[in-house]
Amino acid sequence: MIGEGIQSTNQRRHSFVEDRVEVGFFTDPTVCIGCKACEVACKEWNDVPDDGYTWTGNSYDNTGHLGASTWRHVLFVEQDQQKGKQVVGTHSLGKDGDDDPFRWIFLSDVCKHCENAGCLEACPTGSIVRTEVGSVLVQNDVCNGCGYCVVSCPFGVIDRRPEPLPDAGGAFKCTFCYDRQKSGLTPACAKVCPTESIVFGRLDDVRALARKRVETLRASGYDDAQIYDPTETSVGGIHALFLLLGEAEAYGLPPKPEIPTIYLKSSWSAAAVAALGAVLAVGAAFAFFA
Amino acid sequence: MPGLGTSFGRGGATTAQQDLANADCILIEGSSMAEAHPVGFRWVMKAKEKGATIIHVDPRFSRTSALADIWVPIRAGTDIAFLGGLVRHVLTEEKFFREYVVHYTNASCILREDFRDTEDNGDAYFSGWNEAERFYDPKTWAYEGEDNLSFPRRDLSLQHPRCVFQKLKRHFSRYTPQMVAKVCGIPPELFLQVADHLTSCSGPEKTAAICYAVGWTQHSKGVQIIRTAAILQLLLGNIGRPGGGILALRGHASIQGSTDIPTLYDILPGYLNMPSASKDEHSLGDHLKKNTKPTGLWANYPKYYISLLKAYYGARATKENDYGYDWMPKITGDHSFFEFLYDMLDGKMEGMLVMGQNPAVGAQNARLERKALARLQWLVVRDLVEVETASFWYDSPEIERGELKTEEIETEVFLFPVAGHAEKEGSFTQTQRLVQWREKAVDPPGESRSESWFMHQLAKRLIAKAHASNDPLDEPLRALDWWYPEDEHGEPKMEAVLAEINGWKISSEPAPNESIFRYGVEAQLDGFNDLKDDGSTACGCWIYSGIFPSDGKNKALARESRDYLGHGWGFAWPADRRIIYNRASAAPDGSPWSERKKLVWWDAPNESWTGYDVPDFQKDKPPNYQPNGHREGLAAQPGDAPFILHEDGLAWLHVPKGLQDGPMPTHFEALESPMHNALYPRDTNPVVDWFTRATNRFAPPNDPRFPYILTTYRLTEHHTAGGMSRFLPHLAELQPEMFVELSRELATELGIKNGDDVCVVNLRAAIGARALVSRRLRPLHFDGRIIHQVAMPFHWGSAGPLRGDVANDLMAISGEPNVTIMETKALVCNIVPGKLPRGPAYLPFLNKYASQAGPENLHPEQPAPGAPEGGKHQSGHGQHGTSE
Repeated sequence: MIGEGIQSTNQRRHSFVEDRVEVGFFTDPTVCIGCKACEVACKEWNDVPDDGYTWTGNSYDNTGHLGASTWRHVLFVEQDQQKGKQVVGTHSLGKDGDDDPFRWIFLSDVCKHCENAGCLEACPTGSIVRTEVGSVLVQNDVCNGCGYCVVSCPFGVIDRRPEPLPDAGGAFKCTFCYDRQKSGLTPACAKVCPTESIVFGRLDDVRALARKRVETLRASGYDDAQIYDPTETSVGGIHALFLLLGEAEAYGLPPKPEIPTIYLKSSWSAAAVAALGAVLAVGAAFAFFA
Repeated sequence: MPGLGTSFGRGGATTAQQDLANADCILIEGSSMAEAHPVGFRWVMKAKEKGATIIHVDPRFSRTSALADIWVPIRAGTDIAFLGGLVRHVLTEEKFFREYVVHYTNASCILREDFRDTEDNGDAYFSGWNEAERFYDPKTWAYEGEDNLSFPRRDLSLQHPRCVFQKLKRHFSRYTPQMVAKVCGIPPELFLQVADHLTSCSGPEKTAAICYAVGWTQHSKGVQIIRTAAILQLLLGNIGRPGGGILALRGHASIQGSTDIPTLYDILPGYLNMPSASKDEHSLGDHLKKNTKPTGLWANYPKYYISLLKAYYGARATKENDYGYDWMPKITGDHSFFEFLYDMLDGKMEGMLVMGQNPAVGAQNARLERKALARLQWLVVRDLVEVETASFWYDSPEIERGELKTEEIETEVFLFPVAGHAEKEGSFTQTQRLVQWREKAVDPPGESRSESWFMHQLAKRLIAKAHASNDPLDEPLRALDWWYPEDEHGEPKMEAVLAEINGWKISSEPAPNESIFRYGVEAQLDGFNDLKDDGSTACGCWIYSGIFPSDGKNKALARESRDYLGHGWGFAWPADRRIIYNRASAAPDGSPWSERKKLVWWDAPNESWTGYDVPDFQKDKPPNYQPNGHREGLAAQPGDAPFILHEDGLAWLHVPKGLQDGPMPTHFEALESPMHNALYPRDTNPVVDWFTRATNRFAPPNDPRFPYILTTYRLTEHHTAGGMSRFLPHLAELQPEMFVELSRELATELGIKNGDDVCVVNLRAAIGARALVSRRLRPLHFDGRIIHQVAMPFHWGSAGPLRGDVANDLMAISGEPNVTIMETKALVCNIVPGKLPRGPAYLPFLNKYASQAGPENLHPEQPAPGAPEGGKHQSGHGQHGTSE
């Protein structure tokens, strides 16, 4: 919770790597102030280059989307809806005929570190691995830049870095600050988050925290609060949970993310049927001409 | 700071950011705290988590509004009307905290018979107004009777027709919810919702806090806005109590520090007054007589002053030579920033040192500023990068437009590389008076050096030159006791400076020069109570005394926080008190107002004040103490008078002296406004300094050429004039371009689409920006009339990887009468769709939309050029109400 100082899991030292504890992020937009400190801290710690000075005109979001050089991305979502019981100007005062709600939501997006990771399964070189803490890590010295992972991520997180940026060609994404975690430090984004909108900790703990937070919010008028944690689909759960107000699509998150490999069985079956058909047809042809 | 200073006694935030977590309601106005103070905002979120109601009043739905429970859109520049409406509500609905108000404020004090309020006069003026000279003589604002400030006559029933309470009630009687709607554009039902939250969250069991920043200070009546908030908090009983207070959010890491140990021309460290050249200050005795108050803490003024002179001049300062008072520079007039900007423009200034500032982008009427720089003979700029102030002579809009020609500019620019904050030792004094030491992490690269190195080395060289000359004018330099030990790079040891700031007892033998303690660690003072006026102590800044005491521990470096207020982490002036005036957290009898809100209380068995904070009161003065004939110092104040800096020990709802523009706040329109004043028969603050010039003109009220209100703000992603952010790729990419925010309604009206290029034009300049259209700005409705507001950040300039026009080109120079601050938060403009013409096509464009012809004083209330510029010449800034 906010204000625990060095007692917060975002600040205190840990031994999760050594203890092989599964870790997670819980990102809560109802306390996020859109300061983008997570984006900056991530780039500073991980030496991620800037990727262009482009003003988008899309609210305060000039980052655009996650990618090879953006591992944390704060979304700025403007909606004509009420947030909880928030009173916004002359609107939402409950007067008849003058209900014209508005809300501005900030959400720091990040790699989900899937339980079943599309990128990892697609990687032919073994560059992408699962770490002791359950995160998914790209080893850049092993990556050959084939890009199979890029099309295999159901969230559009991982990408190849374009020229002329440093290390262009290779695939990059959030490392969950694995290097920091090995030293008992928390990921840079969580460490700097001033309002603890990003909470880092044991996966079980952050999942419990997320549930509690949704309950609290729902009890205080946030009827559309829900957890984004797709355990029922083929990704089998994620290590970066989000609290959402409203539908997942508004945040660019697929409501039912699936990894491409689930189609392997059906595509291989189809291929087998086709191959058998071809064999039969060829056989039949020989029989006919024989 | 005079807003807080004259209300409570000290010009600093009354509380700590951590304490916001204890508030039951937080009103944020004149600040986008989440954006400009994101780290401190965690405590607002903590309060919200605990159930507090967060209210944000702002022209723009900002990132702060997004997290608030209630956003109240307000017409920029009408805060006094809004807060005044709340004051009226509290008074007429009897929602004030009576016992607090009766005992701790001057509500009960009887005013002079000849005092006239605006309501008595039926105009916009208090008594004492001098129309010809445009200033107030505050004589009639005082209390009735002899010794009136120290021992006022009081009516604790608050019924006397001339008591402050009745005058205040009458003064604000016309600030009704309907009037608030008419002036601010806030519907009565929204106003009443705010009023209900604030009043239901105040009293013995609950407290509400107010946070503000430059959204209140940068107005032509900024001090009076803060005063209105102070009155409101005093009536609600929210000062000196946990979860209450007024948090002045400062604009930079050490802005509080830069007035404590000032970069201002008219005060000295610890809010002592700079000597003036006026007749009544020719000797030290005269200066002390003028500035010492008979009662309260300021009775000690001579102790603080003489100890400061001893710090400056060491052994050379003796009783016989007035402790070197004659060597001190004397004020001869207004030497504030804008005055010397004009001097520079007029070729009256030869050179300038610029440190930690980028006036070519950050100063108001920045076009004028850049032209003024071109009139200098030499200019020293010390910065991390080559900012516009250093590159104006070859790369500025004026060069591009042909207004300035590089080959004709004689200014010789010396650009010095500087050490960044991790590359030098020192301290920050942040928003809540907390001094935190900063150790050096790495050496600066190459030739980069700290500011302290520069000033130290410059001082050494100047002093050496002075010693080589016989000129008596150089004596003040020769007399300086410049003793600071250096490290191997020639940097002065900053802990030695801190030791001097803390102060020491003077013994005959100074300790060896390598020590950071001049007279040895045991000679260090433990607090300002040890200061003497006989030359036996030296102290660089009395309010910081105790920061580096005789235990030899640098308290600013302490990092072991023991409690929620952060005792054990850094040092908060004065005397590590985190919530000041905390005597008010207990009832007059010394017991806590409530268990829930206890902070400091009287421990009767031990005959001492105790609690969770350091008591801001004489530790052993019982709550029932009466002066009984004591006429001087703190002994003259009773045991239930928590505001010990004031002569009467009370908080001032009505300010009997110390302000230039009235004892109670009155709403005036901004100097440029699309509306006339609905409350008074005068539009603008009568005492304001307009700095009238053809190049610094103001639009008259309701000028059809400039129909929109313009306000400015800071983005989280950038730092003020951009020197520390625009040049850093990881910040630059987050907000790479200048933009102006406008409502959907206005965009539709003007045929502008989101992302279009537009020009923002007013009498001073035209600048280009991208249009950011959203519902975060809303048209305001006034009896059928619709007024649009637009908002703009101000971080860009012509240097560095990002290019953008300078918002401050549009700002006029003006001087709020108490602190000479400019009005940047409410002015007018026009929006012209399309790209701004560059180069020589610019001036014709500007002339087309804002004719540069006509008189210099377009505004009907603006005095003619050369007329007296208001009351500021007649006294200093009165941060503590110390000025006459």
